[in-house]
This record gives sequence, structure tokens and C-alpha cells, in this order.
Amino acid sequence: MEKLILEKSKAGRKGYTLPKKQFDYCVSEHIPEKYLRKSELNLPELCEGDISRHYTKLAHLNYSIEEGLYPLGSCTMKYNPKVNEKTSSLAGFTELHPCIGDESAQGALELMFNLGNCLKEICGMPGASLQPSAGSNGEFTGILTFRAYHLANGDSKRTKILIPDSAHGTNPASAVIAGFKTVNVKSNDKGRIDLEDLKSKCGDDVAGFMVTNPSTLGLFETEIVEIEQLIHGCGGLMYMDGANLNALLGIARPGDMKFDCVHMNLHKTFSTPHGGGGPGSGPICVSEKLVPFLPKPQIVKENGKFKLNYDLPQSIGKIHSFYGNFGVLVRALTYIYMCGAEGMRRISENAIISANYILSKLKDEYEIPHYEYCMHEFVLSCDRQKEHGFNAKDIAKRLLDYGYHAPTIYFPLIVREAMLIEPTETETLEALRGFSETMLKISQEGKENLELLTKAPFETPVRRLDDALAARNLNLAWK
Amino acid sequence: MPFISNTSEDRAEMLKEIGVSSFEELIQSIPEEVRLKGLLNLPEAMSEYDVVKELTNYAKKNKSADTYTCFLGGGVYDHFIPSIVGSVLEKPEFKTAYTPYQAEVSQGTLQAMYEYQSMICQLSGMDVSNASMYDGASSLAEACLLANAQNRRTEFIFAGSINPNYLNVIETVCQGKDFTFKSFVAEDGTCDLAGLSAAVTETTSAVIVQQPNVYGNLEDVYEIEKIAHSKKALFVVAAAPISLGILEAPGKYNADILVAEGQSLGLNMNYGGPYLGVFAIKNDLVRKMPGRVAGVTQDLDGKRGFVLTLQTREQQIKREKATSNICSNQGLMMLASAVYMTAMGKQGIKEVAERCFEAAHYLADQIKKIKGFSLLNDKPFFMEFLVKTPVPAAKIIEEAEKEGILAGIDTSRFAECKEGLLIAVTEKRTKEEIDKLIDVLKTFAS
Repeated sequence: MEKLILEKSKAGRKGYTLPKKQFDYCVSEHIPEKYLRKSELNLPELCEGDISRHYTKLAHLNYSIEEGLYPLGSCTMKYNPKVNEKTSSLAGFTELHPCIGDESAQGALELMFNLGNCLKEICGMPGASLQPSAGSNGEFTGILTFRAYHLANGDSKRTKILIPDSAHGTNPASAVIAGFKTVNVKSNDKGRIDLEDLKSKCGDDVAGFMVTNPSTLGLFETEIVEIEQLIHGCGGLMYMDGANLNALLGIARPGDMKFDCVHMNLHKTFSTPHGGGGPGSGPICVSEKLVPFLPKPQIVKENGKFKLNYDLPQSIGKIHSFYGNFGVLVRALTYIYMCGAEGMRRISENAIISANYILSKLKDEYEIPHYEYCMHEFVLSCDRQKEHGFNAKDIAKRLLDYGYHAPTIYFPLIVREAMLIEPTETETLEALRGFSETMLKISQEGKENLELLTKAPFETPVRRLDDALAARNLNLAWK
Repeated sequence: MPFISNTSEDRAEMLKEIGVSSFEELIQSIPEEVRLKGLLNLPEAMSEYDVVKELTNYAKKNKSADTYTCFLGGGVYDHFIPSIVGSVLEKPEFKTAYTPYQAEVSQGTLQAMYEYQSMICQLSGMDVSNASMYDGASSLAEACLLANAQNRRTEFIFAGSINPNYLNVIETVCQGKDFTFKSFVAEDGTCDLAGLSAAVTETTSAVIVQQPNVYGNLEDVYEIEKIAHSKKALFVVAAAPISLGILEAPGKYNADILVAEGQSLGLNMNYGGPYLGVFAIKNDLVRKMPGRVAGVTQDLDGKRGFVLTLQTREQQIKREKATSNICSNQGLMMLASAVYMTAMGKQGIKEVAERCFEAAHYLADQIKKIKGFSLLNDKPFFMEFLVKTPVPAAKIIEEAEKEGILAGIDTSRFAECKEGLLIAVTEKRTKEEIDKLIDVLKTFAS
């Protein structure tokens, strides 16, 4: 493996230049000795060329969307357009200090104002906040608005958030940090929310219901109208996890399904790069009744000027140091402008067709737990393959050998040996066909030569890594 | 649409192979009544040229540090960023990769995470760093949640003046918890040590100090540490990363949790984000630490490799029992700061800190000579200070802007702050630029 940057360091080498000392001041004359650094600062010492080579070598060890298909379910790994990077690197944005007065940031405020309006239209809802830093931060912010709404109505007995058993792990985690207890709602034999179970859990202690739609099984909640009536009927609010919004652009809107809050992952649906784990951005849109509780500040337009309004007495407060991950917002608006209204619908149509295409190729070889046409993703089970001695993880690792990233595995939790596949609209028919054929081939390989699966991968920079060893002998920093 | 590959012919072929005659057949599960009739009311698609032109128009309406001389701070600073940082960030293998869950094809990201964690430990003197939270404020809020998870106490005490944005975010994040917050600030803005000492008890979960504080002054972290630990409260330090080039590492004065706004470590100011929440701890908190973390392991052939480890703490496994709901980290921003720390290396961060210190002290000394102007106090400071002005700070900021200078932050806009003009000076500021600001200030001499 590549040596660590710290292992490549050599005393005296230098990778930077700085302006000359201009003023005759000495730190030790102005700051008492006790505050001054006495411990060594062992950062690496290398010249620029060697730093560049180091990171180029590391880059070559990574798989990325620029290399090939990335069918991670619920992650929406679509191609990241280059124009996004161009607009977001304009100096008028990158060099703008967040504490500058509103008058001096009119362009930034206008951009955010317009993005907010686009997102409101896409969701069919009247209010928005761009502050949340990522999807789970959006969930958390949304659930805090639920809490504030109920408390403002003098309703303090609503202590529960209902969550389907197929939900992302962030849903229950966000609800608990926001101060609620979570109650699981079962799925039925069609992979949908079990209405009878939901009914039995509705009551005056329910603050809200968090629904991912389409669900993490890639299925639209066909009984969404009945679900909404049950929840609103008992005084609760409807939250939509918008991680799967890529299926619905221009097709169906959360607001029209009467959701009270939805978060969007701009780094999924709106094509901003994942960056190896972030930065994300998770704006929320809300229904009329939640508008007063949105985070502050809100961007308003008065007499043709944009300004940050902090005078929002019922607001839950600030959820970000400033106004959100602005650089990500620039990319998202760029993408929306590039695609336009027709493009939005085309994105979702093609995402749905891509997923159904792969599903149609795999449905005979792999078990499909709730077989029907899917939305933008679908889940299969590797249970049949397990009878031959290999599992979802083995198949995932073998896919790496063929130059594909693996799908999401062992999620959703309600399907055994689950594999969640989301190809997105940016893949060609040829790429989708190639992936499908590889999935079929791997299943055959496992039946004929088990070790090809259980010992996979063979072609990657490292072989299968030992997770248990890392957790047992914790080594989290070089010394 | 340039980003959708398949043509109408491709679509038709795929629909046929799926076994349907139209797209509509695929979405029969969506009830008719919730389907959108007609198109979204969005602008028509624009060409790439037109989009860039439109966005450039927005960018031009901003007064950025690209064309103005910037003395704004408040946790975000106009530091120099070596070219190598941007160059590495542009690599699509880093930029367009997902979270490294498939470790065998993500060794680049994972090794960079491990190197970042190692360098943060070097800089801060802490034992363990995670691979970042959202920003400085989110790190500090997570520190409160961690302290509560660790000692089950619910009272948090701020020792001295903390960045008001951090306070606001903590208040928001913790509103679902039964936490109480107290603050001890003396007249000069630093910690009221006597008040603090009397207030910290066995119910105090954590004592939180910002070093340097929001006015740029040094807090007596040694005294505050003693007070916190005397009642077994956790000692949380919010540090400024560049200051650690010359100021003692918080790990050396027994911080239990170290947080920082990482923007100074090679990130653009970007009107507030994306930034980087630095989060580091002492070893005994590791099983409750929020956020992703990379660890060393071996592959089947015994070769060194890296994986995301301790995932059993995280929401995707623990769900409602997780100590934090945060899923993503600031991956690319973490990489930027790793490259920055590598490029600046052992000497560079110290030199940057010294240049900032020298320039700030020159400016402060000149300001003190202007009639009607004074500093908030004569306590030691690093690279930022609060100026009491003879006219409202807003007036000065407005006039300076006409001269191409962003003079500082008007702290009267924060209810929690003392009034004045908060000025930060980085290594980028030349004597000529500083003298020009002094000339502007002189026009307001009383």
C-alpha cells in the first residue's frame, strides 16, 4: 500500500511560501509564556511535487462516478456535471465572507432566494430553508419544526414519532435527538406501510410520521392518501424523507400528497458531488402551518432588495453557523437551470426506466421480495444464492472485480440478504445491460466456483479487508 | 438534456424489454389524485453558456475578498490557500466518490481520512479525531450531546465569550433535551473566573471555553480546566486551528473534547459553507464519539489497509440508540484541510500564525493612537480584537467599503455581544492595506 504522508516526511522540506515578515512584533513579548505552544507540531514536511504525487496515487485507489456505474440504492449516484463546478468556483462566491452586510451580498442572497423558490415549486410547498447541512440534518430540522408547532398549540403530550421499519437509520436517530420517542410501524406483504398497524398506533400522543416515499424498497406508498388522513386525523404531522426524490421530479409532489415537511438531498437528486462523504446539503420545504417555525434567518425580498430576516419570533433558531452549505446551493441551482421543467420530469422518467430495465433482467435469477414495477430503485434478495454458500456481501465484493461499484447491501433491514439497486438516469442502456449481465454471471460463478465469491475481490488495490480487526485493535491516528 | 444519456429510441427499446408499452404503465402505483398535471413552473432549460452568464451575474453583485480588502473574521478568515489544495480537490476520484463503505475500492478516501485524523491529533494534542462534522457550530453542539451521553448531567456552562452563532446553533440542536445553559463573562469579555468557580457543581456536564474567545482574547484555560475537572465536568475547548501554531495544544492542558471551525485550514469562505467541523477527543470517549472515523486494518493477504470503523456507534446500525444522527461528514473539505496541513507542514502553520499575530498587533497599536478609538481590553490577543468606536461601527463599515475595504464585523447585530467593530488581520494583509484602513478610521477621530 501507499506509504502515509507522515511516513514520507523529511526534516527541512517545504511545500509553501508566505509573504515576508512586515512588522517587528514578537509573540513572546505579548503573550504570557504559559499560553505558548511547547509541544511539538509534527506535521509532515514535503515539497509540493511530492505532495501532488501522494494525492494522485491515493486518487488512483478510489472508485468514483467518473469511472463507472455506481448503483448504490437510496444514494442516487448520478453524474456530476462540470458546469456546476465552474459556477461554484466563481470568485464572487468563493471569496465572499458570510459576515458581510446584506447589501454587499445581493448576488448570493438572490441566488438562494431563487433556489428556495425552485425547490418550493418542485415540492409543491410554500416554505423553505436552505440551512440544513445534509439529509439527516434536514430531518432533524424538520422534526424540530414539528415539535415547535405542537408546543405553540399548547400540545405537549405529543411525544412520539412513528417510523416505518424500512426507514433509513437516520430517521429514528434524528427524532430521538429532537426529543421524541420512536415507534416502529410494520410493513405489509406488499412492502408497503401496514395500514392496520399504523391505525393502532395513531393517537393524541403522535407528533408525526416519517415516511420515505418511494420507500427504501423502491415502491411508491400507494395508500399515501389514506395514511395522510390517518395521521392528520389524529393531529399528527407528515414528514417525507426525500432521499428518493429522484423518482418524483415533475411526476408527484410532496405538497400534493399533503406532507408538512420534506428534506431534499442536493447531493443526490440535484447532482452535486458526494466528495467521498460530503459536503451534503439538505434543504427542507414545509407546509403553510410550519412556515413560522422555519430556521432563521429567512431570505426575503423587499423593494427589489434581498435581505436576511432574523425577526421570526416562533423560529426554531439557527441550525447552521451561517446560511447553509452555500457552495452546494450554487451547484444545485446551476443544475436546475440547466435541466428546466421538462428536464426535471425527464430525469425521473429515465431513472425509473433504468431501474425497471435492470429489474427485468435480474428477476428470474434473483429473488425479488415484492415483485412489481419499481420506481427509481428496487431491492432484491440474495437468499437463493445463500443456499449455494455465498451471500450479498460476496456478490458485492465480486462486482468490484468487474469494475462496478457495489449496490447498497443489507438494507433495508426488512429484507434478508438485501441488495438495493439504483442506477440513475445518467447511465446508458449499454452500461445498464453490462451491469445486469455481470450480476447474472456472478450468480453462476458462485454456483460453480464458490471461492471466486467468498474470497473476492481479487483485482482491487487491496483484497477483502478485516472490519473486525480494525474495531478490535483500534488504530485511528499515526504516532 | 446533456446529462441523460438515453435517447427516445433507447427508451423505447428498454420499455419493450421491460414488457410495457409506455412509461405510464411503470407508475401505476402512484394514485391519480397525487400526480402532477402538467409541467413544473420552472424556467425553461438554458444552455451552459447562458447558465454560466446568469450565475456570473449573481457573483458580480457580491463584494468579495477577491476585489475588496478583507478584515472580517468571527471564526471565518481570509487566509492564503496554496494552489495544491484546489488542485487535489478537483480530482474527480475524490470529488465524485461516495462515502467509502466499499473499502477495497475507496482506499484513497480512507487513507486521506486517516491522515487527516492523524494531523488533527498532532495539531490539537488530542488522542482521537473523527473525520469531521458539518462546521464549528455543529461540532460544539455534538460536544454537548456527547458530554451528556457520557456523564448524564444536563447543565452546560460557557466560560467567557463564545461565538454567538455557535450559541444559537447549540440552543437549536439541544431544544429537545432538558439542558440548561449558563454563561460567565466579565466586563472585559473574558471569563468571570470567580463566578464560574462558584457555579460549577456535580450537575455540570461540561465547561466550554473558546480560545481565543469571540473577541480574540486569550482565556485562562488553565484555571478554567481546574474548575471544570474539580467537579468532574468535561472540559470542552473550541479552538482556532491556526492559533495552534503558536498557542499550546488543548490536549496538553487536558481538554476532554476539542472542537474547531476548520475553515481556516485551507477552505474558501464561500459565504458560510461548506466548512469543516473539527472534532477530537481523549481516548476514554472514543466509543461514544459522533461521526465517521477511519482505522487501520489488514486485507486477506496481510497488507495494510483502511476501513470505516466503530460503525456500531452510528445511526445506520444503532438507529434510535445512536449518540448522534449525523450521517455524512464534510469529506471533501476534510481532504482540503489535510492537503493544507500537509503543504504548510511543521513550520508553515506556525509562520502563518506569527504573520497574523504581527499584523494584527501593528493595526491594534495604531488604532489605540486614534482619538476616540480604544480596544475592548488590554488582555493578550491573537489575530482579532474588538474596537470601541466613537461612531456606530456600521457607519465606519459603510465608509470603508467605499474605499474598497471590508473593515470588520459590527458586533451590535448580535444580542449576546458587546458593541464594537471586530477586526481580524490575516497573513494576506500588507502594510499598505492596513495603513489604508487606519486612514479611514482616522476620519472618524473624535
